[in-house]
Amino acid sequence: MMKILKYVIYDVLRSKMIIAYTLFLFLLSSGLFWMNTDSGKTVVSLLHVILLVVPLISIVFGTIHYYNSREFTELLLAQPINRNKIFLGEYAGLSCSLAFALLAGMGVPVLISGSGEAAVYLVVVGILLTFIFTALAFLASVRSTDKARGIGTALLLWFYFAVLFDGIVLSILFYFNDYPLEKPVLFLTALNPVDLARVITLLKLDTSALMGYTGALYQKFFGSAWGISIAMLLLLLWLYVPLTWAKRIFFRKDL
Amino acid sequence: MGKRIVLCFLFPFFYFYSSATEWKVGGNESMKTIHDALAAADSGDVIVVSEGVYREGEIVISKPLSLTGKKNAVLDGEMKYQVITVKASHVTIDGFIIQNSGYSDIHELSGIRLENVQQCIIRNNHLINNYFGIYFANSTYCSVIQNVIEGNAKTESSSGNGIHLWKSSNNFLSHNHISGHRDGIYFEFVKHSKIMANLSEKNLRYGLHFMFSDNDTYRYNIFRNNGSGVAVMYTQHVFMSDNIFENNWGGAAYGLLLKEISYSEIVNNTFRKNTIGIYMEGSSKTKVHRNNMQHNGWALRILGDCSGDTIVENNFSGNTFDVATNATMNMNYFHSNYWDHYSGYDLNHDQVGDVPFHPVSLYSKITEDAPYALMLLHSFFVDLMDETEKVMPTITPEQFRDDAPLMKPVKL
Repeated sequence: MMKILKYVIYDVLRSKMIIAYTLFLFLLSSGLFWMNTDSGKTVVSLLHVILLVVPLISIVFGTIHYYNSREFTELLLAQPINRNKIFLGEYAGLSCSLAFALLAGMGVPVLISGSGEAAVYLVVVGILLTFIFTALAFLASVRSTDKARGIGTALLLWFYFAVLFDGIVLSILFYFNDYPLEKPVLFLTALNPVDLARVITLLKLDTSALMGYTGALYQKFFGSAWGISIAMLLLLLWLYVPLTWAKRIFFRKDL
Repeated sequence: MGKRIVLCFLFPFFYFYSSATEWKVGGNESMKTIHDALAAADSGDVIVVSEGVYREGEIVISKPLSLTGKKNAVLDGEMKYQVITVKASHVTIDGFIIQNSGYSDIHELSGIRLENVQQCIIRNNHLINNYFGIYFANSTYCSVIQNVIEGNAKTESSSGNGIHLWKSSNNFLSHNHISGHRDGIYFEFVKHSKIMANLSEKNLRYGLHFMFSDNDTYRYNIFRNNGSGVAVMYTQHVFMSDNIFENNWGGAAYGLLLKEISYSEIVNNTFRKNTIGIYMEGSSKTKVHRNNMQHNGWALRILGDCSGDTIVENNFSGNTFDVATNATMNMNYFHSNYWDHYSGYDLNHDQVGDVPFHPVSLYSKITEDAPYALMLLHSFFVDLMDETEKVMPTITPEQFRDDAPLMKPVKL
């Protein structure tokens, strides 16, 4: 498995796309830290990037990579290697290199600027999102052999999690405004890894507004060490479920 | 400026008392207790108390004299008594450590209580762990200067206020540091008084609580980390300037809460990192001019029952929401403010934006109707909606607008 991981990382690096991604993140975050004197604001700007760009790149790059390395995968499958190992090796190779790109591109400026706990959370959450959306990318690609269809599904998934879901939540909140929504709100947040990531970071940051009314509830739940662990656990669940699902399909699939 | 006023106030007293007898109280002095000295002293005398802890129950001062504590002169109420009660005018209390007043549900026991007196001075005292710190009842022309007042408040119902003024006018409070009480400074039916350069922090409820107190002035104070900030209620003609309101966090916390306020001025203040910078309810004809509103959740929340208020030349920067309202009609005047969310242009370079700014964003309006929608703060979807609304306002109240938004912050 380690060997497969190594080959995948070589392969990813050769495509140069990952280097462009790292550079983009690095320039963007160091530029923002450079221009903005207020680190709180910078973190909010970076949060927008993390919540939008990181899932998009992870899911699109993941799908493209999966389809492009089909022949390599088929070659590996011809060898006496466990399918699970091949799948996990490919996944680990890709997601680790994406996560590393994020760490280098965003983590380094964050460390240099020393902008506190919230920024560190931001990077951690970004890395988790990378792993989650790469898993979703694999899930989208193992389900169909058609590349166009796979990428389409992946983009739809991204659109759903990054944009559409919040629209649905907003209409639900609006429609059921007269009811006590404390628990449903927490539940709805858990249904979307992007929202979870956002809430975790915001609570470390823009607490003033969030703490208002709904925020107090979040603060009570996610503010404690226990709540943060629960949130992180939920994110890990969001990683585990799509990954095992995709693995199962891959294991049983007739290639 | 504050100090000069104080000096003018004090000089006649020094002169008057210079011929007075001085009584010394202490372990090595002829007088062992303050009670003895008070009984022996005549009007206008000075009692100097040496180092030591004095547990004498309630000390009642009923003659116009001066009580001065040397370093570490401690008056202890043993958690049972009111420490000092002043029942005569022209009393000065200077330099004591006053601690452990009793607690009572019926009587408002305090470190120092002034009852029906005039022209008293309380300065340089350190009040620790008293139920109420300094309590004024129907007392006028008194000064409270440079005292440190530390409470030990646990719950709102079992704690008292740092400096409590009831039905007392023309008083002067300056350079006090109040913390750990229920309300830092409490005013009820207090007219024509000044609160200058005090620091009120970490109090359970309000840093400053103002009720039915017309014509008061407070300037150069700092109110921070209080349970719910500062509340000014049912009052007219209050002048508030050069104060700092910061870090008032929490579900129902404000930098400044205005309720039923009219003909008042809020000028040159800084509101930083409060859940709500200024909350206006039922206020009218109040000027909010040249304030800095930075990094608040809501910089300004102005309810529909406010009218005739002017919001002019303020700087709004780094706030999550600039203005929130539950109203669709606007009866207040927004003009010449700097808004960092403004994205208009200035073709003729007169530093005034050419298109009006609408400070109530769509999301702010939505959260007003459905507060739970706050869970979507900084979500991409919400930002997208806000931008669309900016281009084509349809839902946000059209009347809430600043016709001359400034391109650069006002220099304050």
